[in-house]
Amino acid sequence: MRITLKVWRQKNTQDKGNFKTYKLDNISPDMSFLEMFDVLNEQLVRQGEDPVHFDHDCREGICGMCSLYINGKPHGPKQTTTCQLHMRSFNDGDTITVEPWRATAFPVLKDLVVDRTSFDRVIQAGGYISINTGGVPDANEIPIPKKDADKAMDAAACIGCGACVAACKNASAMLFVSAKISQFSLLPQGQTERKTRAEKMIAQMDSEGFGACTNTGACSAECPKEISLTNIARMNREYFTAKVGSDNV
Amino acid sequence: MKLDSKIPGGPLAEKWSKHKFNVKLVNPANKRKYDIIVVGTGLAGASAAASFGELGYNVKAFCFQDSPRRAHSIAAQGGINAAKNYQNDGDSVFRLFYDTIKGGDYRSREGNVYRLAEVSVDIIDQCVAQGVPFAREYGGLLANRSFGGAQVSRTFYAKGQTGQQLLLGAYSALSRQVSNGKVKLHAREEMIDLVMKDGKAVGIITRNLVTGKIESHSAHAVVLATGGYGNVFFLSTNAMGSNVTAAWRAHKKGALFANPCFTQIHPTCIPVSGDHQSKLTLMSESLRNDGRVWVPKSKEDAEKIRKGELKPTDLPEDKRDYYLEERYPSFGNLVPRDVASRNAKNVCDEGRGVAKTGLAVYLDFADAIKRDSRKVIESKYGNLFDMYQQITGENPYETPMMIYPAVHYTMGGLWVDYNLMTNIPGLYAIGEANFSDHGANRLGASALMQGLADGYFVIPYTIGDYLATLPYEKVSSDDEVFKQAENDIEEKIQKLLSIKGEKTVDDFHKALGHIMWEYCGMSRNEEGLKKAKQEIKKLKEEFWQNVNVIGGNDELNQSLEKANRVADFLELGELMIDDALDRSESCGGHFREESQTEEGEAKRKDDEFSYVSAWEYQGENAEEVLHKEDLVFENVKLTQRSYK
Repeated sequence: MRITLKVWRQKNTQDKGNFKTYKLDNISPDMSFLEMFDVLNEQLVRQGEDPVHFDHDCREGICGMCSLYINGKPHGPKQTTTCQLHMRSFNDGDTITVEPWRATAFPVLKDLVVDRTSFDRVIQAGGYISINTGGVPDANEIPIPKKDADKAMDAAACIGCGACVAACKNASAMLFVSAKISQFSLLPQGQTERKTRAEKMIAQMDSEGFGACTNTGACSAECPKEISLTNIARMNREYFTAKVGSDNV
Repeated sequence: MKLDSKIPGGPLAEKWSKHKFNVKLVNPANKRKYDIIVVGTGLAGASAAASFGELGYNVKAFCFQDSPRRAHSIAAQGGINAAKNYQNDGDSVFRLFYDTIKGGDYRSREGNVYRLAEVSVDIIDQCVAQGVPFAREYGGLLANRSFGGAQVSRTFYAKGQTGQQLLLGAYSALSRQVSNGKVKLHAREEMIDLVMKDGKAVGIITRNLVTGKIESHSAHAVVLATGGYGNVFFLSTNAMGSNVTAAWRAHKKGALFANPCFTQIHPTCIPVSGDHQSKLTLMSESLRNDGRVWVPKSKEDAEKIRKGELKPTDLPEDKRDYYLEERYPSFGNLVPRDVASRNAKNVCDEGRGVAKTGLAVYLDFADAIKRDSRKVIESKYGNLFDMYQQITGENPYETPMMIYPAVHYTMGGLWVDYNLMTNIPGLYAIGEANFSDHGANRLGASALMQGLADGYFVIPYTIGDYLATLPYEKVSSDDEVFKQAENDIEEKIQKLLSIKGEKTVDDFHKALGHIMWEYCGMSRNEEGLKKAKQEIKKLKEEFWQNVNVIGGNDELNQSLEKANRVADFLELGELMIDDALDRSESCGGHFREESQTEEGEAKRKDDEFSYVSAWEYQGENAEEVLHKEDLVFENVKLTQRSYK
């Protein structure tokens, strides 16, 4: 395959950045999108040019480190992670535009690499159950209906990649935050801190500069792990319940 | 040098309890006076850092990724073992211990393995309390499945994403300590040297991957939880960033490296499709619960399949060779990984492999779908099947999956004693980064178990024994030893940047991987290993004269990151070869062609090789010195492993 790439190049956070065009021949349809970038980078290094920087690690669709906004869609045309996107999803001769995630809360560090530590800070605000190691009850002491455990698992499948934020016109992080809040609100272990968790995580989310949700559902439609929009509804319910009965007046 | 494993005396089942009572304690109010560095935030690192924080220590946690949640533990699919015996099928701590030590082909320590089995039950309790959504039965209790090398169902799982869920559990515990101010997180910061003073570990040097700044961090103790070194093979199931640098630099400062040649080749990976390939993708071993492994009985049929003239689904039953079921009737498709891998290689070597390359065997779910319905199979393995389809473009519900072995896990690592301390006082290694529990072969679902056992339930106790002997005052990061280490590193980086040669870092990495896979992969022999050693030496020399690293140090520079890691892989590769040469027996994942039974199974030589190889660095280009820790078996009888 022959591919033309229009890639966002930006030296660092301060740099304004611009698109650069690269041409690639001999791309195999079996390559993953990132392997196609490996080919480009090998080519650039041989020419003495700085390779295109992008985040990636596991390359099996689970670590959530890869990003890339491809032809106007986070992770490209398929509902999967960029590392699991293959060139067979494109046509010979295509021009492909590649940008970083665009969001105030995800500043660009270099080229296609963005800073997503805002997600970590949201989790630090309350995305946990406050127990210490050891001294916990036997794992089978509290039965959990399979239905609830399965729903919690579906929410917990979030990989924290940030595609939901990139897909949203408001750069809202509601899907990400609601997935964690849902997981714990569905499980008996999460009940004790249920209210404070919702309040704290949402407050942190707002302070990071993520936008509001206008229910267009682009986040869920682009989510590589198909996290459902229902989680946002559940989070709103959790939030209202928490606020109505809040201890933090 | 005398290697003291510090295994406590007394009956096996009492060693750990006794040891816990005997180790020194740090008073709760004094814990805040001690600083601990934890490098790596996978299962072992995150669980250790969180547990230290909970106890009251001050922790600095480092990872090279953008967030601790990315660590490669996240990719483990199948599950985690624990001797809960919830299934009432005869499991016990002793049985898990026995299976693990036998699975490791009797090259691990009894004391360590028993402890691992003992604390395994606590891990499940801990994770459930954290909100890990394990799979459950309709009655609301936890579900289990079986895994290779075991005849009981003791594996807990969360769909095909067990590693992810356990890691997110540990990450949430870590995040809680970050918010409590007990853990300071350093993401995108890579350890590039260990700093020592008066023979003790006193801190590390890191490179900030965004700014390039070289920084000194001092502490009372340093814990390496930096994972394995499978990427020495270039193609492996490891993440792209997984590397040996932290462990290797510690080795160069005096930490012994144990059993480096013990590499696990996982039998169920998606076969290689071409030269562009950057990594290999594993399909969970749990698939072997329901999938049947086969190749055509005749070379001719295999040839037709390779050419696309015959569909596997059209080949009648009597022309298929279900070779694992045939050869190992009692374990069948669930033989341990090393056995399954070697058999796949053998049938492919015979010319009966499938796929265009001839380097693949079938994993067929047709019978399972017929027996249990497609819906049941989908609920068990749905995400794995989707992943397979995404990568290969083939639908595994309709045509059998194709699999081939790939490098997956490294049992070798830094030598540690029962306290998980290396031979350098104050330097610990936990999880895959150490060597201790899996012997020559790791059983499925045991890596998650070991990572969390070390981090949650072993090191929080044992580290106190060392810290209690130290003054509260730590060596300052302004100390001369740190300045010296910083200078050495800057010099090394400048050297890499100044070569400006003709070849890319990946060129060297691929060449190294090729040598390692060819001569130090699934089977090894003296002649090949000797040849490999010469080739690696040449490659290393060329690297330092002809590599091209673009850009400078004071920026985000991924070429430089890679070059730094590949430089260490080149040195490690040579040590792996030395170790494989020394161990002229076969055991577990280490198969020396010179040492096999008449049936072609691995043949151990217990009289000569019942030891842990621990290698001591001697300086640039000098041969390393081998130290031996004899393995003592008081509770199991060493037998030829048989899964027939």
